[in-house]
Amino acid sequence: MRRVAKDIETSSRTVSRRALIVGAAQLGVAGVLGWRLQSMQVDQADEFRLLAEENRINIRLLPPARGLIFDRNGIAIADNEQNYRVVIVREEAGDVDEVLAKLVQLVPLSEDVIERAKTEMYRRSPFVPVTIADRLSWDDVARINVNAPALNGITAEVGLSRRYPYGADVGHVVGYVGPVSDYDLARIDDKDPLLQIPKFQIGKTGVENKLEHTLRGSAGNKRIEVNALGRVMRELDRQEGEPGKDIQLCLDERLQSYAQARMDGESAGAVVIDLENGDLRAIASAPSFDPNLFVRGISVKDWTDLNENKYRPLAAKAAQGAYPPGSTFKMVTALAALQAGVVAPDETVYCPGYTNVSGTRFHCWKRAGHGNINFHESLKQSCDCYYYEVSQRVGIDKMAEMARLLGLGVRHDLPLSAVAEGLAPDKAWKRAVRDETWRVGDTVNASIGQGYVLASPLQLAVMTARIATGRHVTPRLVKSIDGVEQPSGLGDPLPINENWLRRCRASMDAVVNHPRGTGQRSRIVAEGMHMAGKTGTSQVRRITAEERARGVTRNEDLPWERRDHALFVSFAPVENPKYAIAVVVEHGGGGSTAAAPIARDIMLQALYDGPPPLEAYPSADRGAIEEQQKRIADRIAKVGRGVSPA
Amino acid sequence: MSYLTNNATYVPTGPRKLMYLNWPVIFLLLAVCSFGFLMLYSVAGGSATPWMEPQIKRFALGMVLMVGVAMVPIWFWRNMAGLAYGLSIALLVGVELFGSVGMGAQRWIDLGFMRLQPSELTKITLVMFLAAYYDWLPINKTSHPLWVLIPVGLILAPTVLVLGQPDLGTALLLLLGGATVMFVAGVHWAYFVTVFAAGVGAVLAVFQSRGTSWQLLKDYQFRRIDTFIDPSNDPLGAGYHITQAKIALGSGGLTGRGFMQGTQSSLDFLPEKHTDFIFTTLAEEFGFLGAIGLLTLYVLIILFCVASAMTNKDRFAALLTLGIAMTFFLFFAVNMAMVTGMAPVVGVPLPLVSYGGSAMLVLLVAFGLIQSAHVHKPR
Repeated sequence: MRRVAKDIETSSRTVSRRALIVGAAQLGVAGVLGWRLQSMQVDQADEFRLLAEENRINIRLLPPARGLIFDRNGIAIADNEQNYRVVIVREEAGDVDEVLAKLVQLVPLSEDVIERAKTEMYRRSPFVPVTIADRLSWDDVARINVNAPALNGITAEVGLSRRYPYGADVGHVVGYVGPVSDYDLARIDDKDPLLQIPKFQIGKTGVENKLEHTLRGSAGNKRIEVNALGRVMRELDRQEGEPGKDIQLCLDERLQSYAQARMDGESAGAVVIDLENGDLRAIASAPSFDPNLFVRGISVKDWTDLNENKYRPLAAKAAQGAYPPGSTFKMVTALAALQAGVVAPDETVYCPGYTNVSGTRFHCWKRAGHGNINFHESLKQSCDCYYYEVSQRVGIDKMAEMARLLGLGVRHDLPLSAVAEGLAPDKAWKRAVRDETWRVGDTVNASIGQGYVLASPLQLAVMTARIATGRHVTPRLVKSIDGVEQPSGLGDPLPINENWLRRCRASMDAVVNHPRGTGQRSRIVAEGMHMAGKTGTSQVRRITAEERARGVTRNEDLPWERRDHALFVSFAPVENPKYAIAVVVEHGGGGSTAAAPIARDIMLQALYDGPPPLEAYPSADRGAIEEQQKRIADRIAKVGRGVSPA
Repeated sequence: MSYLTNNATYVPTGPRKLMYLNWPVIFLLLAVCSFGFLMLYSVAGGSATPWMEPQIKRFALGMVLMVGVAMVPIWFWRNMAGLAYGLSIALLVGVELFGSVGMGAQRWIDLGFMRLQPSELTKITLVMFLAAYYDWLPINKTSHPLWVLIPVGLILAPTVLVLGQPDLGTALLLLLGGATVMFVAGVHWAYFVTVFAAGVGAVLAVFQSRGTSWQLLKDYQFRRIDTFIDPSNDPLGAGYHITQAKIALGSGGLTGRGFMQGTQSSLDFLPEKHTDFIFTTLAEEFGFLGAIGLLTLYVLIILFCVASAMTNKDRFAALLTLGIAMTFFLFFAVNMAMVTGMAPVVGVPLPLVSYGGSAMLVLLVAFGLIQSAHVHKPR
């Protein structure tokens, strides 16, 4: 088709005009693109640069080695075990099956383990190291390393895991570590990045928990460059952390293990205090549990067993258990009365076998009564009526004051999971807590450590230590941290007339060493080793008038839960006291029969710093003691010294 | 034959035609492609294989083809326009029936020595045929409704076929490229205003259709739009690509992190870093200056083409030049808008820089057509 020149001109003009519009529009769009580039690359460059660095750089924390825990003699009771594991990287292994077949020839590994490793390997990227097996022996590791050239992609790695060589013997004191949980993170306000490491081990109970920050150390870190798939390209730099500090406890591991073994089969707690400095030489609670079980992740069966045991292995009875102290409280009542001057030491009180207080009859343990009895005899024979009388004279508030002065009803500051506060009741307490007025009957009950009074074995040991030394002994569990000795627990003299204390100690000496003393059967006969003490038997049930008329049911005839608690507090040697011990045997029956023998055996073990000679025991007992010593030695050997039970 | 009616006073012949090539455009193309080679070398981790070397070979082949096409008189190409368009449509139908599926979409036919993407070809042949149509159509009929309907049909036919593949990006390019030719040919404003209004209505309708039985877009297309609107919605899924691309781009800063020093690309955080997202690598390693430099090169190419068209009295030549220039413009504008987070990810490569055989060859042949129009301009 031909076109006239005019058409061509029109067309050309239209096209040019519209081309200009299109061109302008294109320039406009290009301008917007340019502006966008400018805003992203110039204005926001720093933000994007940061995001790119975050993409590329990963910070990996280097967990520090946890501090060790030693006993007073330098025996490690919590240490870090080299945990060898064998690891494979698929892409470096080449023929995985062939390499694994070679590995099995060197290290005995079950079909199961190999299959699990293979599944794990093919589920993950080829460059991710997969653990085939852990807790290998050093021999296995050596064999793998020697044959490394034939085992492509396989390496033996070493990590640290917590181990408690003495297992259950120290379980209640040391506690255990476990992987940090969401619950832990929610509960503790701790910004430490280490807690973000999956399965990082932190102290869950006991010293491990209370001194967590000392033991943990601080994290190091390394910065690594990773690609989009998470493959590590290179390490950029590294900063080592600081290992946790070592802790030395005052505990004597051998004595602790002995005490645990001695109380085997009982539900009991015992505390040994060194009178020179307040050191807790042993804090034993039976039965106990093996903390190693918790480190590896406790099985449902083990957990159920621990929880359903009626002797409550998880309860740290020595520090946590609060019991009516029974007759072991009589020193408190007596000292309060003597100190207040309401009774003279040689003044006698008549004991007809009972006392009537505002219409209620309170019985002495001896139905026939003790007749006229002074302080010395009342403590030796544990006459109740004497204390009913003097307590009414001195009043509960002065008794409570004395109790607190001697360490009862106050919480001792120790790095343990639970430390019982106990209870030294007074009028204000009853009004505040129960909204009732204090009655005289309450005072009478409290005078013999019944009623509202509660104390832990630890508190009773502190009380005994303070009576024995006349000083403000404070229990001390941590001897040194990172080599720095902690302050001694031996405090100032108590504001109690030394005469009364001396008389009190003499009476406690008589309790054990006088033929008519209640603890006489548990005496020590070795020269210079004599023990002083006080028995206690505290009721956990009410004895009705009918039962008393019928004759009180004997403990052996009652179900275990309703039997009396047996208590015994003691110190030795009488002439120059070195140790104070308190023992509580839950529902053990009588203090003289159930608790005193345990206290004596532990005391002898402490005094001789090892098994005592049979000559230290009264000759009649030696046969039985010899057998018992053998049995305990066997048991300690069986638990396995220095080896963690598998 | 308008070409002969132009009373041309001088038309170069034989090898002299080489002197009349639009040389600035050739040098600009070379510069753009060189950017591409550098980036392909970089994203391969400093290696000529697997991408830079084949790309250079195709570029060399493309340049020869371009000059070859440029030597052929423009009227020949006008006469071929109908055939080329018909062939493209046939190939599009063919790819629908026998095509291979790659990246989730049916896009190419394996010719043995190369894989042909008919949709690439169609972008040029559509513009070409429309230019020929308006060259043939008497000027006074340009805005007549009947004669407007015909090119609309010509545009919609390949657009619908490409949408069916499904390839949203190419469909968009076809639609806008074709519309541009109609616009510069002189079709009345009112049509474009109407279509624009209808388009806005259609977009609203598309969004309304979501989740209903008459849903107009595929779910993946809706998700791309969602991701575009807020990439942080799905930072590890569909939004990951665009987020990482923006990080790479922004972290380049003013002067870039240096050649082969881009961490986002060398550590594989970038998706499709040798094809659709190659611009982000460039922007990361050469910074704002590099990015704006490439954009300037592109814009200069467009400006030279527009200038060439405005001075060309041959109606077919002018329309063809503008149409191809618009298509080229849409290529890089959509790609850059996409990687800078201004447009949804629709799968449009960066022209002459992204790795890809048929796209490069087709584009260089298209520039051959522009060169032919330039060389054979009535003088």
